[in-house]
Amino acid sequence: MRSHSEPRSNPPKLRLSRRRALLALAAGLASGGVRTAAAAPAVLDFADLYEASGVLGLKFSPKLLSLKGASVAMQGYMAPPLKAESDFFVLTREPVSLCPFCSSDADWPTDIVVIHLRRAAQPTRYSDPIAVTGVLEVGSATDAATGFVSQIRLMNADFRIV
Amino acid sequence: MRQTLAAALLLSTVSAPALSQTIYPIDRAQILTGAMFDLKVEFPGLAEPGKISVTVNGQDHAQALGRAATYVAREDDKDQSAVTLRDVVIDKPGRYVVKATDGVNTREVAWDVYETAQPRKARNVILFIGDGMSNAHRVAARILARGIQEGKYKGKLTLDDMPAMALVSTSGVDSVITDSANSASAYTTGHKSSTNALGVYADRTKSTTDDPKVETITSLAQRRLNMAVGVVTNTEIEDATPASMVAHTRRRAEYDVIVQQFLDQKPDVIMGGGAANFIPKSTAGSKRGDDQDYVERFKDAGYAVATTAGEMKAASAAGAKKLLGLFNLGNMDGVLDRKFLKVGSVKRYPEQPDLTEQVKSAIEVLSKNDNGFVLMVESGLIDKFTHALDMERAIYDTIMLDNAVKVAKDFADQKNDTLILVLADHTHPVGIVGVMHDDMDGPAPNVELRDRLGIYAEAGYPSYPAPDAEGYPNKVDVKDRLALFSASFPDYYETYRPKMDGPNNPTVAGKEKGTYAANEIYAKSPGAQLRPGNLPKDGNSDVHSAEDSLLNAYGPGSEMVKGSMDNTDVFKVMAHALALGTAK
Repeated sequence: MRSHSEPRSNPPKLRLSRRRALLALAAGLASGGVRTAAAAPAVLDFADLYEASGVLGLKFSPKLLSLKGASVAMQGYMAPPLKAESDFFVLTREPVSLCPFCSSDADWPTDIVVIHLRRAAQPTRYSDPIAVTGVLEVGSATDAATGFVSQIRLMNADFRIV
Repeated sequence: MRQTLAAALLLSTVSAPALSQTIYPIDRAQILTGAMFDLKVEFPGLAEPGKISVTVNGQDHAQALGRAATYVAREDDKDQSAVTLRDVVIDKPGRYVVKATDGVNTREVAWDVYETAQPRKARNVILFIGDGMSNAHRVAARILARGIQEGKYKGKLTLDDMPAMALVSTSGVDSVITDSANSASAYTTGHKSSTNALGVYADRTKSTTDDPKVETITSLAQRRLNMAVGVVTNTEIEDATPASMVAHTRRRAEYDVIVQQFLDQKPDVIMGGGAANFIPKSTAGSKRGDDQDYVERFKDAGYAVATTAGEMKAASAAGAKKLLGLFNLGNMDGVLDRKFLKVGSVKRYPEQPDLTEQVKSAIEVLSKNDNGFVLMVESGLIDKFTHALDMERAIYDTIMLDNAVKVAKDFADQKNDTLILVLADHTHPVGIVGVMHDDMDGPAPNVELRDRLGIYAEAGYPSYPAPDAEGYPNKVDVKDRLALFSASFPDYYETYRPKMDGPNNPTVAGKEKGTYAANEIYAKSPGAQLRPGNLPKDGNSDVHSAEDSLLNAYGPGSEMVKGSMDNTDVFKVMAHALALGTAK
């Protein structure tokens, strides 16, 4: 049930530039008036996270590593959080649907990003694309509360529905 | 009326305490002489050791089986006693009646212990499993790969062209509907099991590793005949079907446990996806729960490790005796994506082998063993794509399975000493209902898509281009397409069109925990139609069905394949062909 479908409607180039524009807009709105004056967060795509190959482990891309500690903006989908109001959720490239009988229950996509929100929030509809901004953290870390292992995180983050 | 009800209630309360022992292996189990299994008796309540008696054909079990069972007074800290005897072996064929009593309730089961005749008929056995492969998949594959004109096919699939055929029933101990764990386990052990369980009878305790075990064909072939064993798939190697060759667990999702069990059992060839559970958890892409590096452990155990088609071919050509091929962190990509559409994870892993190449390399390694080999080959994404209502991808992977069978058949034809079995582990409720007449390159449909579905005479024939040398049409988004639907579905958008941008993902998590909703991405597909599901809301995909699987067989030992068979009989066919029960 892993999936990478996208709608066929828009030509890819047009869609990308529109996504970037939306992301920049979302980043500006989410971070409030003070930070709008500062440099806009760097836009990071899911495709940018890892280098091309790596069956025995993924390698972080140079772009990802260069943005460590910087404010970045990403677009993706919220995976269902552990509890309703949460300050912690997983951002995925495509909406997820975990299937108990067709694969393991650890069937997360490999390229996920863990979002630690500034404030706890209600989940969105899981098919709504969301724009997230936060401070990029890279490297293996285990969440103390849940034991969830992550490689890429956005800290002190805000999100909005696109 | 009230009186009748009361009487019925009284009857049911009276009959409740008569709930009696559960005995594993179950009643009517068929057990190969010399094969190991665990005997377990679960008493419904507390049972005093002095009052417990377990006999085999009237003789105390300790005498009959050589050792006394271990008594547990309170399993899981509950008022429920049990006795277990591990690693039982029965060498003499016959009917064995096992009677268990706690002084109050008595229950008996009968086992049929069977031997296998000498001489051994087959040197090798190759078991092909098209996971979830149903009749509709096979027919669609035949139409695309061979063509059809005026009602007659222009050729047969390789699996069509085999002398022996049977219908195989697939239900499990606990349910009429199986999953891939207990259905595959029936083939690899000859015993029924329960949903999510592999190589065990699912007992009542919470632990997922203490359930009564049954021996796998891998262990039997290695232990009794010194044969080589291979496991080849295009799903994660830890997934239920390939895992059934080695695993003993109540819970198929315990991938780390299954990786350890592969290492313990050491099949000579292990190939598939699922590298994520072989690499330490601190490595990006890992899904392990610890920091163990199993790639290194397999290397230490003498395995050559390949992560691309090139490395795999080089290793088998160089004479590797043991080969671990891991070609993707998760499931490998389907053949439609690998060869034609280049979507999914194909860009990240462009050098994944085709199943035909995996089979070639596996046979190259395994056939070096003078005692022969047992090889399981799974085309596992037929099931996953069908779950996801992605019928084109399922059909292409059925064609791939047939091509892999051709590789095995060409090998078998050299010496006529190899039994080949091709079947599904379970079916899906899928059917070909007509042909869509819908120009995908044209403007958005002005006629509702459902009215573009040709049925009966209006179906006509599809317009896929002539297949290439491997049987694949090089274009799947043609104007006239086979319409293959599942009778079971969650809420989803029916787009009536192949998913060109990546495998279908019909549902997303719903607002309420544990429920699913239609993936709104597909609402944008021109003419998409929302279909409210006919499955429970906690179902996110098409489901398995209880219909029989088709089994085709070729080579020595295939004469046992006929009529209507139980899935545990498939193990018997292999055991008889190899004379697994008479060897010492």
